[in-house]
Amino acid sequence: MSATPASLNMNTAREGGFDWKAFGMSAWRGIGYPVIGIGVMLALWWLGGWAIASNPDTESFADFAPAPAFSRLLELTANGYVWEASAPSLARIGLGLLWAVVIGVPVGVAVGLYASVREISHVPFQFLRMISPLAWMPIAVLAFATWDGAIVFLIAVAAIWPVLFSTAQGVRRIDPLWFKVAKNLGADGLQMLRRIILPAIGQDIFAGIRLAVGVAWIVLVPAEYLGVTSGLGYAINDARDTLEYDTLAAMVVVIGVIGFFLDGICVKLIKKFSWHNQD
Amino acid sequence: MSANISIDFITHTFKGQTDPTLNNIELKIPAGERVALIGRSGCGKSTLLHMLAGLLIPTEGCVRIHGHQVTRPSAKWNMMFQKPSLYPWMNVRQNIELGLTFAGQKNPEKIDYLLDLVGLSEKAEEHVQSLSGGQQQRVALARSLATSPEVLLLDEPFSALDAFTRATLQDEVARITGQEDLTMVIVTHDIDEAVAMADRVLIMSANPGEIVGEEQVDLPFPRDRSRAEFSRAREQLMTKFDSLVGDVKPAEIRQTGQSKALDDSKQQAA
Ligand SMILES: Nc1ncnc2c1ncn2[C@@H]1O[C@H](COP(=O)(O)OP(=O)(O)OP(=O)(O)O)[C@@H](O)[C@H]1O
Ligand SMILES: [Mg+2]
Repeated sequence: MSATPASLNMNTAREGGFDWKAFGMSAWRGIGYPVIGIGVMLALWWLGGWAIASNPDTESFADFAPAPAFSRLLELTANGYVWEASAPSLARIGLGLLWAVVIGVPVGVAVGLYASVREISHVPFQFLRMISPLAWMPIAVLAFATWDGAIVFLIAVAAIWPVLFSTAQGVRRIDPLWFKVAKNLGADGLQMLRRIILPAIGQDIFAGIRLAVGVAWIVLVPAEYLGVTSGLGYAINDARDTLEYDTLAAMVVVIGVIGFFLDGICVKLIKKFSWHNQD
Repeated sequence: MSANISIDFITHTFKGQTDPTLNNIELKIPAGERVALIGRSGCGKSTLLHMLAGLLIPTEGCVRIHGHQVTRPSAKWNMMFQKPSLYPWMNVRQNIELGLTFAGQKNPEKIDYLLDLVGLSEKAEEHVQSLSGGQQQRVALARSLATSPEVLLLDEPFSALDAFTRATLQDEVARITGQEDLTMVIVTHDIDEAVAMADRVLIMSANPGEIVGEEQVDLPFPRDRSRAEFSRAREQLMTKFDSLVGDVKPAEIRQTGQSKALDDSKQQAA
């Protein structure tokens, strides 16, 4: 990163050939910055591990450090444990989100479209929204016959609000003229929904789902401390009980990585359904 | 095919208001006529046009098209607004097709014809957001025509465009309405626009909105704005407009910020 290559690059750019400078900058942005971020995170983790290991009181937790965690992670990936633990969690997340969307989007559309629905639902929704999803745990356990059902319910309860509110907000932002024009062109209610409203708010729905994935993923782990014997939350709880701190740290990494990729998928979908300034 | 419009004693009072916005408006528009509606800002032009489109139901009286009472919007009487309000998730062709899509029809030849009519054949597959304001308004026009309406209603459709594009589109719409045999009602702030496009210009007063006068424009299409007849027709209309609704006191204008566009066009004419 001395001054020489930079000035060289600039000359190349001036000569009108391939723009190495721009290429270099974007490559640096795209790869270099994330690498720095990951590096800082690992360094802090390593420092934390070192501090734990060098303190006699916490020595027994030393496996929490990056090195043992990653070697353990390789092992668990190779023997399939990572997949075994992730698959049920992903299924629960998927089902919970599905319910959140199936209920949240239609209700959100109604809230966005009709002032009366909005006013009637305001107090109940704001009230319910403020209740921690985990506070529903005892009720969920009572109401559902299976642990799985209870967990999916908790995820759905957490995930529904961002989907619902984002949908409603999207609907309210629709240009009233879009409704007028569509009506004028002969749209009936269903066509209005399918051709105008849903495409208009696609990106809002997925922005809501992105937030929902975040909270659902957070709720998942404590929810899986409930009864079940599968999933990432269970794996973490189990690792703690058996004092396998390297496994525990490895599963934390798995949770982070999967969350990161889920978020990435949502961002892709938001872009795909966005109609703002497309070229 | 065009349709005759009959406005039968419309009076309209908006909810929560005591004075009517429109008062006892009676009007017959024969099939195929091009009518311009001018009046000061807030006099109720858009309100009346919305009623013709079936987007608003008058509190008293009714609109009949072809003798049938208008009770709801229909693709047979289509309205175009000041903003093109195209749907950005559809390309140009899909936007134009929309009315047919709603009706469960497909007619690619017709869409090709309309694309050609508004000069956008090359842009058919493009995103509407990449078009200029004038091109977008052309798409909106083609979209309004796709369902073969009998009546075309225009609410200041060109006021957001630059002067050249505006003049071009005024001529095009006048040509197309003749060619497609449509009854046209255009609301405008622009006296030039009224003279360029209409067979008959109606003058509306405010508080309450009433049609207080009209002026025939007997000039052949396409209308050449540089000809003496055009200037004369404009002058005549302006004089009539001033005598009927022009005596707004200066204080009133300042208070409400009304009639700017008309004052502007007056200055241009002077
Ligand atoms: N939905 C509504 N509720 C109450 N009053 C309304 C409503 N729509 C319009 N008005 C009032 O009715 C009057 C006429 O409005 P309208 O939009 O028809 O005027 P306009 O002649 O089209 O004006 P402009 O030239 O500015 O477009 C105005 O005073 C306006 O404030
Ligand atoms: Mg208006």
